[in-house]
Amino acid sequence: MLEVDIKKRLSHYDLEVDFSMGDEILVLFGPSGSGKTTILHTIAGLAMPDEGSIKLGDKSFFSGRKDSMSVQARNVGMLFQDYALFPHMTVEQNIQYGIKGKDGNRSFVIDQLQQVLGIHQLSMKYPHQISGGEKQRVALARALASEPSILLLDEPLSALDKQTRIDCQNELIRLHEMWKIPFIIVTHDREEAEKLGDRILFLDHGQIVDEREK
Amino acid sequence: MDYSPLLLSLKVAAISTTVVFISGVFFARVLARKQFFGKSMIEAIFMLPLVLPPTVVGFALLLLFGKHGWIGKWLIDWFDVQIVFTWLGAVIASIVVSFPLMYQSAAAAFNSLDDRLENAARTLGASEWRVFRTISFPLAWPGLLAGLVLSFARGLGEFGATLMLAGYIPGKTDTIPMSIYFAVESGQMEKAAFWVVIIVALGFSTILWLNWWSRRNMQRYTNENRSR
Repeated sequence: MLEVDIKKRLSHYDLEVDFSMGDEILVLFGPSGSGKTTILHTIAGLAMPDEGSIKLGDKSFFSGRKDSMSVQARNVGMLFQDYALFPHMTVEQNIQYGIKGKDGNRSFVIDQLQQVLGIHQLSMKYPHQISGGEKQRVALARALASEPSILLLDEPLSALDKQTRIDCQNELIRLHEMWKIPFIIVTHDREEAEKLGDRILFLDHGQIVDEREK
Repeated sequence: MDYSPLLLSLKVAAISTTVVFISGVFFARVLARKQFFGKSMIEAIFMLPLVLPPTVVGFALLLLFGKHGWIGKWLIDWFDVQIVFTWLGAVIASIVVSFPLMYQSAAAAFNSLDDRLENAARTLGASEWRVFRTISFPLAWPGLLAGLVLSFARGLGEFGATLMLAGYIPGKTDTIPMSIYFAVESGQMEKAAFWVVIIVALGFSTILWLNWWSRRNMQRYTNENRSR
């Protein structure tokens, strides 16, 4: 269970949202500049709210500016826009980067993820040698390999062409069924929001203006 | 022919470059992408040796490291180490004049990094040190190397401040630039010409190598999708 109740002053408006979610896919939908990415960043620990609280299960991520858990300790998986794959590492090294625990566990996790995402043949390639859809899968594998307790996806499909986009949407739904952790997906594409979201929060100028359930 | 100036020059440049590389990378990384009151003041002080006449830098160093200077007196009292008129003076002069080059290259290299890559590493659980070691440093490396090479070349060619601080003592503080100057002054044109050829060859090959290397390195990431 993720509980978010935060306030943050941004340059053009005040971000003020209050929502909670279980192991579902929650979509944050709204025009660019409505505060969607900022919300993801506050959950991940890459940005700090001015006040409020963020809790995941019994872990308190944030309960005041002096009481904020570090990014590293939150165990949050994040998929960045354009994926932010490490350009100087191979696909395999990228996926390995966040794996905890011993080597045996390592190769098992990688193997499974590569199998599930169909990226086995890419192991030794570098990010600039693979396509957009492949990058997206690798980024997903990397985020999931660290066994996160929540996955945040920032415009995960915006850089893909239409067909790849549809494939990846199905992929995300499938992965969510397998992993059973909260997914928060940010998008400004209405069709995508409706296809992916178990629940959609409509954002505008930092406020939740509407909410819809599937 | 006495080759000691070559060895001394290489020793001075190597030590000063090591110090400058570590400190330059450290300060550049700490200050990169941070905005705070006084930052431009600090950076201006860092860059100052680049725009001041070497004699002014040498004068300032004499004040600091001279036998009665703040640091110089302390070093003599506590460690019995003298800076003025020793090869250590040449090292310190090289450090001060080449630091701005290293700092500037490193700051530019770190500022041009995509901060999402570092953030991605953090969300994957990497400590700040691991982020630096595995992401920031390797990705900034082409820029850092450029700074390293420039600093080395600058240290090798340092003359003005070195003359003020270390003086010209044959067998002790006679770096190549120093030898050239005093060979000319005493009419030994052939000796001067020999060292000129050596230092031109060193500088030229350094630049050629750096250009070749950075071109080769550029190709590695150029296909990377960097659009936001």
